[in-house]
Amino acid sequence: MKKQPIARLEVIANDIREDIIKMLEHAGSGHSAGPLGLADIFTALYFDVLKHDPKNPDWPERDILLLSNGHCVPVRYATMAHAGYFPKKELLTLRKFGSRLQGHPERTRLPGMETTSGPLGCGLSQACGMALAMRMDKQTKRWVYVVMGDGELNEGNIWEAAMLGGKYRLNNVIGIIDRNNIQIDGPTEDIMPLEDLKGKWESFGWHVLEVNGNDVEAVIDACNMAKTIVEKPVMIIAHTIPGKGVDFMESDFHWHGAPPNHEQAKKALHELRTLGGKIRGEHE
Amino acid sequence: MTDLHLADLSETLLEEPIRKGFGRGLLAAGKLDVNVVAACADLTDSTQMSLFKAEFPERFVEVGVAEQNLATVGAGLAAMGKIPFVSSYAAFSPGRNWEQIRTTACLNERAVKIVGSHAGVSVGPDGATHQMLEDIALMRVLPNMVVIVPGDSLEAERATLAMAKDHRPNYLRLAREATPVITTSNTPFEIGKAYVYEKGSDVTIITTGTMTYQALRAAEQLYKDGIEAEVVHVPTIKPLDAETILKSVRKTGCVVTAEEGQVAGGLGGAIAELLAENHPVPMKRIGMLDRFGESGVPNELLEYFGLDAKHIRLAAHHTIDKKK
Repeated sequence: MKKQPIARLEVIANDIREDIIKMLEHAGSGHSAGPLGLADIFTALYFDVLKHDPKNPDWPERDILLLSNGHCVPVRYATMAHAGYFPKKELLTLRKFGSRLQGHPERTRLPGMETTSGPLGCGLSQACGMALAMRMDKQTKRWVYVVMGDGELNEGNIWEAAMLGGKYRLNNVIGIIDRNNIQIDGPTEDIMPLEDLKGKWESFGWHVLEVNGNDVEAVIDACNMAKTIVEKPVMIIAHTIPGKGVDFMESDFHWHGAPPNHEQAKKALHELRTLGGKIRGEHE
Repeated sequence: MTDLHLADLSETLLEEPIRKGFGRGLLAAGKLDVNVVAACADLTDSTQMSLFKAEFPERFVEVGVAEQNLATVGAGLAAMGKIPFVSSYAAFSPGRNWEQIRTTACLNERAVKIVGSHAGVSVGPDGATHQMLEDIALMRVLPNMVVIVPGDSLEAERATLAMAKDHRPNYLRLAREATPVITTSNTPFEIGKAYVYEKGSDVTIITTGTMTYQALRAAEQLYKDGIEAEVVHVPTIKPLDAETILKSVRKTGCVVTAEEGQVAGGLGGAIAELLAENHPVPMKRIGMLDRFGESGVPNELLEYFGLDAKHIRLAAHHTIDKKK
């Protein structure tokens, strides 16, 4: 895809947030905080980092993007629609009967959805399997990106994959941890402490980058840097604000697994459209 | 039956662990198709993946003692066009990684080949923790999954070759101990087919895995008792060959099933479901009856739990009595 200026990408990320709010309100269930927090990362990936073709989702040379924490899929659906994988009007079918946009993503229903996910902890190991296959096939200019939640790192399967990635030095795997510090039951450090998170990954044989995950440009830079690391797999710890862009949702774990009602959605959309009251919304 | 080219049971049969056939089959499949790859969870010799590993080290992945990773790495390999065989003991895979198999292989429609070795009480001295009895039930309930339980090493070899060409997730159940080889290299094997190994009209004995040999021995004894037993070997428990099974049962009017695992949800469960809906008849199920195994010598355990020719014969008499 043709690369666009950062300012333009920031507008796209904001549009994606609006769509997330509309989708969740319409669906009446689903997760709000994670998808909003991930909008900048998904914009960076789909509109700059990934080698992909929305008109040819099975393109054999494409980079792979796995969403391991499947509950955040509204951000992926919204971004895919903006990137041209399917019509934006289909976004409002989220979680409805017969929709390709299942509550948790299913690969077999939607072209471009690289795997089925929802049960946590399975994305990194699939990424490792894919990377091993690429190595067997001597595909060197292809990367597997896998977005994970931080609460998801409680799963043992993650650390099995962490060991494997370190062992085989899977340098075409680039992990991105959505470090937003919340999970369903509360703050991650109360539920099951993850720190020293950087040290953990480093000790498993990964090169770790830390980045502001709500800065599109910083995310792009981190991914580009990750591609230059040849001796190890890379884990990008992306610090994000859950609920980013909607003041009353930001950093409140109660919004992890809840959708906005009509009034809340209206308020959220107003905030997003006026960039937090800084500009006049075109809908007013 | 001559067209199945079975071994002559009146001669001394070669005995070989069923898993050995898998090892040979995997190597052969690897030679036939460059996309066949293998992953193991620290049991490469036990599961007989060592043959493949020695020939194709670059197509072999050692994941360590990590069965959740084993299944999901397999799904990743399959996503890139590989045909991954992933092996461990059945107690751990699919025992430990069922949800990973459900989501990333079955729902995700990735053709991972799960190979569970050391199933059944005939594992012996290792005891109940390692004697997997629930794997057939666990795998049989998963949509898209194919469940294969070969009766001897030669059949395991053919099954492995067939699995490499099948586009669905598959589960292959293997036993540890030496098992009499009752088929020959000319015996047919097709996924989804049941085979009538012995013709008879008084009772249908439906078996899978290691119990098929026991059923053939039971049929010999029953013949001396004046009973002609039909032995139907069911190496594919899912999809079940309903046509072959119902044809036999309509003829004989009563059934004994035999397997080295829990009858609940296992072959016995599958046959009971089929017959209850289509052709209810008197039935006895030989297998593990809602209990665990324990340490011991394989043969004494099989006898203790009633998993042998003697008990199949008794069950046949009982079920025939119930016909009247």
